[in-house]
Amino acid sequence: MSKDETGDALEIESICARHEQREGPLLAILHEVQEGHGYISNEAVGRIAHYLNLTRAEVYGVVTFYPDLREEPPRPHMLKVCRAEACQAAGGREVWATAEAMAADPDCQVEVEPVYCLGNCPCGPAVQMDERTLGRFTPEKVSALIAGASGGSSS
Amino acid sequence: MNVCVPCDSTAVSIGADEVADALTRNDPAITVKRTGSRGLYWLEPMVEVERDGQRIGYGPVTAGDIPGLLDALRSGDTGHPLCVGDVEALLESQGQRRLTLRRTGVVAPGEWADYVANGGTEGLRKALDMEPQSIVDAVKESGLRGRGGAGFPTGIKWQTVHDAEATPKYIVCNADEGDSGTFADRMLMEGDPLALLEGMTIAGLAVGAEQGYIYLRSEYPDAHRMLERALESARTNGMLGDSVLGSGRAFDIEVRIGAGAYICGEETSLLESLEGKRGMIRFKPPLPAIQGFLSRPTVVNNVITLGTVPTILAEGAEVHSSLGMNKSRGTLTIQLCGNVARPGLYEIPFGVTLGHVINDLGGGCASGRPPRAVQVGGPLGAYMPVERFDTPMAYEEFGEAGGMIGHGGVVVFDDTVDMAAQARFALEFCSIESCGKCTPCRIGSVRGQEVIDRITDDDDREANIALLRELCETMIEGSLCAHGGMAPYPVLSALNHFPDDFEPRTTAAV
Repeated sequence: MSKDETGDALEIESICARHEQREGPLLAILHEVQEGHGYISNEAVGRIAHYLNLTRAEVYGVVTFYPDLREEPPRPHMLKVCRAEACQAAGGREVWATAEAMAADPDCQVEVEPVYCLGNCPCGPAVQMDERTLGRFTPEKVSALIAGASGGSSS
Repeated sequence: MNVCVPCDSTAVSIGADEVADALTRNDPAITVKRTGSRGLYWLEPMVEVERDGQRIGYGPVTAGDIPGLLDALRSGDTGHPLCVGDVEALLESQGQRRLTLRRTGVVAPGEWADYVANGGTEGLRKALDMEPQSIVDAVKESGLRGRGGAGFPTGIKWQTVHDAEATPKYIVCNADEGDSGTFADRMLMEGDPLALLEGMTIAGLAVGAEQGYIYLRSEYPDAHRMLERALESARTNGMLGDSVLGSGRAFDIEVRIGAGAYICGEETSLLESLEGKRGMIRFKPPLPAIQGFLSRPTVVNNVITLGTVPTILAEGAEVHSSLGMNKSRGTLTIQLCGNVARPGLYEIPFGVTLGHVINDLGGGCASGRPPRAVQVGGPLGAYMPVERFDTPMAYEEFGEAGGMIGHGGVVVFDDTVDMAAQARFALEFCSIESCGKCTPCRIGSVRGQEVIDRITDDDDREANIALLRELCETMIEGSLCAHGGMAPYPVLSALNHFPDDFEPRTTAAV
């Protein structure tokens, strides 16, 4: 085991220890592991399962069920674009199409994900960039936002 | 000079922070108080200044407007083009009656002194002097029904948990407000989070629970911060902890964050998720009131439901039961959005018509075109045509007209909407968010999209329309929960009210 891996193991153990007294701690543990690492690795699944005395399948099943939890490291920025009805009525389909097309570029630094409502419906179309919610969006604005976050390389 | 600027995430999403910064930059003598939003979103970012006991509003304001607006703010000039006058008077003129959102947009969220000065903890203090059964009775008498969508009488649910013998018992707040077109829960949590905590504490006293959980969706990071701030404030001031307001009775609350699954707004799925599992729905019975969180008796109520409880206790059941129509008592927090000129939150007694909401309050479509279809009650709610605009906004009355009030979300579409595309989207959404436990939902939602494609491609059209109807029937009758059981409603309503949109598309090509 390399030094890095030992460090990871200790960190995951301390996260588990912090939450284990809570009723139903797994989701909170997974959130915190992902917050630190950006994703939940196969090794992390094994360590969490071992600590909580669950099977790997039980932990892995939770990771795969929830859209927020990821098994691969994401791009540096996270853009959630609302695809739901209230934003559709205000032009959201075009915002989503623009964002999705730009994210297809392998050099794009922004992870683009659909979201089904951000609760920003009265000022839609809505997007959320790295936890910052933005309203009254247009294809032009989303294009500039993604290009800006990608260092202008994918305008 | 004291000036209020919202810190509500929607107001911030369109520049409220920049407005607040511009105010203090232009005049360092100004104290900016950050409040929630009044819900007048077409006027956001809105700035309010207190004058002679009134709050005079100006909006929509941009940071660039501030230098020109300062004189008006200082003098209370109501002649300024952005002035909307006394904000309370404006709400009243719309027919609003704020029971649930009475402090939202008024107080600084989570600030204890502000909360108490505006009626906070009055309901809880009364509850502490009452027998648990009397609290349950007060909620029953108020006629309060679950505002999350199902409309189940809250007092009956509390009675079941009150009567259950197993311990410990739990209060779970469903703050997984996932329906498109709904934002009332978010507004309350961001604008008056202590009201939710107080409502949950009263529920705990009523049923004998000492632990509450708020299951909050991850899409609401600002609401999370506000709730944590309010929890700290409530603990510091003794509203939560070992002795609620010095009563010797314990109650505490923890916030848990979801992970992006819409289905976790369904109460049994929410409980699974809260236990740290996949959010798969459970069979009912047993009801969560009997076997809920960790198989213990659990009250599961929505944010608005719990947020209304303190007012009912503080002012008596009658303040709530005297409003509304027939079996729909109290106020509905109507969330008006989509393609509408004046989107916002309108808290109004049950019974106003859909047409009044869209045309009179909302001012019709933002695009200036005529409205054509309105989806009420979230993504599982039916699309209502203009011909049904005379339907009163009340549970049973709306149901009879083929719709569902749900959480009170109203999404307006103008006449450019393609209803076959909306019907297809309803099934696409159903398939994406299905927990996968039952076949009608998991498979039916996918097959349904294919059938709609065949209809619009003119492939054996009549037979496929019949098949689509049959499939919808199977999903309604055979699904385990409302997700698959109601997703057909937007589809069938589109098919029934807008059959022209399901005509073949291929002929339009050159």
